[in-house]
Amino acid sequence: MTTPVPQTPDTTVHHDPVQNTENAIELKEVEGLSQGRIVLRRFVRHRGAMVASFALLGIIVLVTTSIGWGPVPGWWQWGPNQLTPVVNPGGSPTMGMQDGGFQIGPHPFGQDNIGQDVFARVMRGTQISLMVMVVIGLVATSIGILMGAAAGFLRGRVDNILMRFTDMVITIPVIVIGAILGARFGQATPVVLAVALALVTWTSMARLVRGEFLSLREREFVDAARVAGASNVRIMFKHMLPNAVGVIIVNTTLLMASAILLETALSYLGFGIRFPNVSLGTLISEYQTAFNTRPWLFWWPGLFIVAIALCVNFIGDGLRDAFDPRQRRIPSQRKMNSAQRKAKA
Amino acid sequence: MATSTRVDGDAAVSAVPVSAGSPRARLRASAPMITFIGRRLLSSAVVLLGATFIVYMLLAYSLDFLQDLRTSTAPNKEQLIQARIDLLDLDVPPPLRYLSWLGGVAGCAIGRCDLGGSWVTGQATPDLLATAIPSSLQLMSVAVVLAILLGVTVGITSALRQYTGFDYGVTFGSFLLYSLPSFWVAVLLKLWGAIGFNDFLADPTLSWPTILAIAVVAGLIWQAVIAGDRRRRALTFAVSAVATGAVVWFVTATGWLNDPSLGPVVIALLGAGAAVAITALAAGLRNRRALWSTLTVVGIGALLWYPLQFLFPYATGLMIAGLAVVTVGVGVLVGFLYGGPDRGQSMRAAGITAFVVGFLIFVDRVMAVWEPYNNSSRVSGRPIATIGAQTPGLGGDYWVRTLDTFTHLLLPTIALTLISFAAYTRYSRASLLEVMNQDYIRTARAKGLPERVVTMRHAFRNALIPLATIIPLDIAALFGGAIITERIFAWSGMGTLFLKALENRDIDVVMGYFLVIGTMLVLANIIVDFIYAALDPRIRVNA
Repeated sequence: MTTPVPQTPDTTVHHDPVQNTENAIELKEVEGLSQGRIVLRRFVRHRGAMVASFALLGIIVLVTTSIGWGPVPGWWQWGPNQLTPVVNPGGSPTMGMQDGGFQIGPHPFGQDNIGQDVFARVMRGTQISLMVMVVIGLVATSIGILMGAAAGFLRGRVDNILMRFTDMVITIPVIVIGAILGARFGQATPVVLAVALALVTWTSMARLVRGEFLSLREREFVDAARVAGASNVRIMFKHMLPNAVGVIIVNTTLLMASAILLETALSYLGFGIRFPNVSLGTLISEYQTAFNTRPWLFWWPGLFIVAIALCVNFIGDGLRDAFDPRQRRIPSQRKMNSAQRKAKA
Repeated sequence: MATSTRVDGDAAVSAVPVSAGSPRARLRASAPMITFIGRRLLSSAVVLLGATFIVYMLLAYSLDFLQDLRTSTAPNKEQLIQARIDLLDLDVPPPLRYLSWLGGVAGCAIGRCDLGGSWVTGQATPDLLATAIPSSLQLMSVAVVLAILLGVTVGITSALRQYTGFDYGVTFGSFLLYSLPSFWVAVLLKLWGAIGFNDFLADPTLSWPTILAIAVVAGLIWQAVIAGDRRRRALTFAVSAVATGAVVWFVTATGWLNDPSLGPVVIALLGAGAAVAITALAAGLRNRRALWSTLTVVGIGALLWYPLQFLFPYATGLMIAGLAVVTVGVGVLVGFLYGGPDRGQSMRAAGITAFVVGFLIFVDRVMAVWEPYNNSSRVSGRPIATIGAQTPGLGGDYWVRTLDTFTHLLLPTIALTLISFAAYTRYSRASLLEVMNQDYIRTARAKGLPERVVTMRHAFRNALIPLATIIPLDIAALFGGAIITERIFAWSGMGTLFLKALENRDIDVVMGYFLVIGTMLVLANIIVDFIYAALDPRIRVNA
């Protein structure tokens, strides 16, 4: 016969009524949802991040379908290296208000001095810059995770060696090492350049993952996994990594935003993507001398860089808020005021 | 030093009680500190050594030292290649070449540095660095100071107005600046900003709708900054819009831009405004002694304006620096003489005000040479320069040279400031928000302190701790120069030195460049550790 264990009164209840209600509301909202759903919900609620996601998606669709990707043809009539007859004097853009309505015309972004279609060239440049950005993001994240996880989990001598190595790489400014690597790998395909740049941009990720692993390895579920007989590798990647995924994803987006700026800056300096490949940076460098006569050559590549970097930064911000468990829904000042007025009435 | 007292406390637990104050006790107490410094220096040296090795290997394997000779059609091609190989020791494996380079650097310890030089131009690396570093420092120090001041101010304001339109605007703006490619902005500024502004200066008139638009925008910004209820916002909007509109109208209508000057009256008015604002922030307007001391300083400044004009023709850089120190000293003295129970506040407020007034007088004097400068044959009515650090063959006295430096610094400084400004705004906003949620802020409010004291004394100072640990790293980065901005504005600093050396395949020069910035960064990291320990009592130095 078993006697029922007397229920001990819960002494951990907050005595702050406001905080209690707030917590209750918060808990009610996420009741029965998985962690992934909660994060997704919070992300969708972040207006800036949602707008940025759709904008980035729009850019990607436009860029990949318009002039095609690899052997797949696109719907745009000109190719990036095709010489076309000059339409407007000087090749100025045909997009704008004409004949009583908004017209796109055959060359919406204009033509350059030898008659190439700027829209097609910007699309090609964006394709390559985006691809370099994604490759840098993925490769640097993987290296950072491996380095950081090993250092944080194994600690001791391994940690010491890996972190001193990270310090060494951090000491070298990214643009300096990027220029040196670019001087060597710039002629090769963009993927090779991207991997080379990823080899120098993984450092912040490694430090972050290490910190995260150092604190996670003290948790009970790690002990539980070890008692159950899991190997080190299994504990690291099956048990601990999913718990660090929030930090990693957020940092990856920020890494990507700085990666596109790094690649375009190197290409601008002449150490990045080179002829016959074009990136947004090479377009700007190629066209900057024509700024006074053909300003449109210079505007569009820059605007695409800004748009992409801004979208990625906003998505990162939204993800950070979404993964942050302390995040509460904050009504705007106006909503607060109107609620107060209602309460008074 | 603040850190050592804390280490004292730490060590006292384990140390054998020796009579306090004896040299032995002090030595024992500071032992953990010395061990800490020793360890830190050692590990930094190892890191620096490794980093130089990485860079050397990368350079040695990625640069093609024979590139130009391979395609050469010279009849003695083989001979030339052999000469190049002998010159650069290319037949020696790179790790051994690194060791010989390292030996030259190690020679610095016994006073015989050998950093090599450029094999293309024959210049020695230290000479190249000695001309490039001051040039980069000149370019970047203004930008960093401006970015810190503006960024922290805007970030703090934005945090204090969290979740308002202003906060969202600043957040969006800083994201936008963060996402701007620096080379694009710099080229835009150079080709569009400079040319546009120079054209505007040739005929400085604005149409009424433009003035009105500027006034409305200024009003909107100010009412968002000051915030408050609807009446206060409307009032702020009206006052700031009218004031801005009037100033813009005055400046354009009277041709002030082509012959600018402030004069003692405007200096006194601006100074008084600054005095009130500084007192309000540093001591609160209730503190009458502080208010009177700042206003007295402004009065002294306005009175000294006329006699100073006789001194200024003989000005040199050293004299101006000396005057600046004297000015601040006078301000502090005035604050001290007003006395009262809390002298420190008056002294601080008066010292800052004195600096501002002195700066206004300085600006006024520089403005006086604007017209001759602008009309000189070298400048010929296009004052905002886009290239280089000075107008060649300009001549002139100290004031003309100062103005010339200013017009050359303007655009690169804007380009550099914009980007680091965004970072400082983000940091200080996040940092202050974090602090404002702390319990001790609630305590300070609960015991009835005015909001100014809570913000400035309790929150602001603690919010600066994380910032103080970024600033040394940024200052270290000053020595590296700005590679992209220097290239675009043809500024011959460290960045240009690096790019040129990389193009010339001058491995010694690139290594010299990296040695400077690497050492600076490593030192800055050590300083950061100390600042952290000094500012945050929870962190202890333990070896």
